[in-house]
Amino acid sequence: MNRRVVITGIGLYSCIGNGKEEVLESLRTGKSGIVYDKSREEIGYRSCLTGMVEDPNLKPFLSRRQRLGMHQPAMFAYMSTMEAIEQAKLDIDFLEKNETGIIFGNDSTAGAVINTIDKLRERGDTTLIGSGDIFQNMNCTVNMSLSTIYKLKGINITLSAACASGSHSIGMGYLLIKQGLQERVVCGGTQEINVYAMASFDGLGAFSVGHDAPTKASRPFDKNRDGLIPSGGAATLIIESLESAEKRGAPILGEILGYGFSSNGDHISNPNFDGQYRSLKMSLEQAGVSANTIDYVNAHATSTPVGDSMEAQAIHSILGSDVPVSSTKSMTGHECWMAGASEVAYSLLMMQNDFVAPNINFENPDEDSQKINVVPEYTEKKIDTFLSNSFGFGGTNSSLIVKKFVK
Amino acid sequence: MTREEIKTTTKRFLSEEFEVDKDEITGNNNLQKTLDLDSLDHVDLVVVIEENLGFKPTSEDFKN
Repeated sequence: MNRRVVITGIGLYSCIGNGKEEVLESLRTGKSGIVYDKSREEIGYRSCLTGMVEDPNLKPFLSRRQRLGMHQPAMFAYMSTMEAIEQAKLDIDFLEKNETGIIFGNDSTAGAVINTIDKLRERGDTTLIGSGDIFQNMNCTVNMSLSTIYKLKGINITLSAACASGSHSIGMGYLLIKQGLQERVVCGGTQEINVYAMASFDGLGAFSVGHDAPTKASRPFDKNRDGLIPSGGAATLIIESLESAEKRGAPILGEILGYGFSSNGDHISNPNFDGQYRSLKMSLEQAGVSANTIDYVNAHATSTPVGDSMEAQAIHSILGSDVPVSSTKSMTGHECWMAGASEVAYSLLMMQNDFVAPNINFENPDEDSQKINVVPEYTEKKIDTFLSNSFGFGGTNSSLIVKKFVK
Repeated sequence: MTREEIKTTTKRFLSEEFEVDKDEITGNNNLQKTLDLDSLDHVDLVVVIEENLGFKPTSEDFKN
């Protein structure tokens, strides 16, 4: 079976906006969501910069039992999923009666685990930890919570693949629908923001210390970058078969054309040209389009010297010098497990509104980024097809190609 | 703490924890039904009693 797969809803809970409308405005104006977090300074971080979103108050929406098991990533994911479900014209009643799956990207629950152990150390009795923590301590609480809240009856898994988690979640959902195994799948990625989640990562010295100007610190592809900035939030995409979308009269925001993936099989943290090259190439082959069909590339580029350079080389080798490229991480910071999903959503907003969001803070190219067309400012452009890259620790790579829907 | 104070305190923390109107919690009603307790909630009941009244009830206490 080879069915067409379309996107019918997106939801965003991002440091550049709560919901699509706010995010769209930020993408247009190049607004940064990066702030200085005093609590990181107090606990001993080297870099105190982060993207920031508030913990949402879910009491108006969910019962005590539904809320009790949700850790921060699940709370963020509920916010983005609520928005996506509404745009896709879905509701709990429909979802309960029509098989729908969930594959959500998440790769940590550090904050919740530490809170639990703190309680145990303080109280000295496991009974006094309470009933919600067991669920909060599990990585898969995102799909556990969302599937029980929305009465989902299909595939039900969390996908953990470091900073490519969100992208692979869309790719895997796409394959299941394409093969006829699911009609629709709730996909996405979520990323906790707290002082526990990124402490060890900070210790590696990979984060920017541009404390004097937080909004200038994330500088993907720029010669003077000094590291990435962690961030978080959640993004949800509702993807489904074209038949299902048309039957329901759902809005069709774009069509997923291809999913490429690869593993470096090499170093645990160092990027690798060959792995990225193979992922990009596979996505084009799967989509059945040539390189010159791609109108825009949303780069993975995180603002680390080695990673950005490797990706610039891979883009140049496969897609050439002309295709417009930007990394929205220049505004959002690195949304890690969420990034692969949010960046497809950001790119969809660009495609719908005919513009390329700026790669802010790109002032001076380096040897590799000068070979590609990094877009530093808001640029009006009709986008028919875009490609979104996500690469993660352990050498897991994912590339997705999405096209404007044509019947 | 007097018996009345214990009753008032207990109504307050049960109402806050289980999100039920204080007036619905009376000595005459079945607590499990009033608070809509499932199997997981019994653990939380122990936690709030310990936090607010300073002792950890056993399963025997609940039977009584």
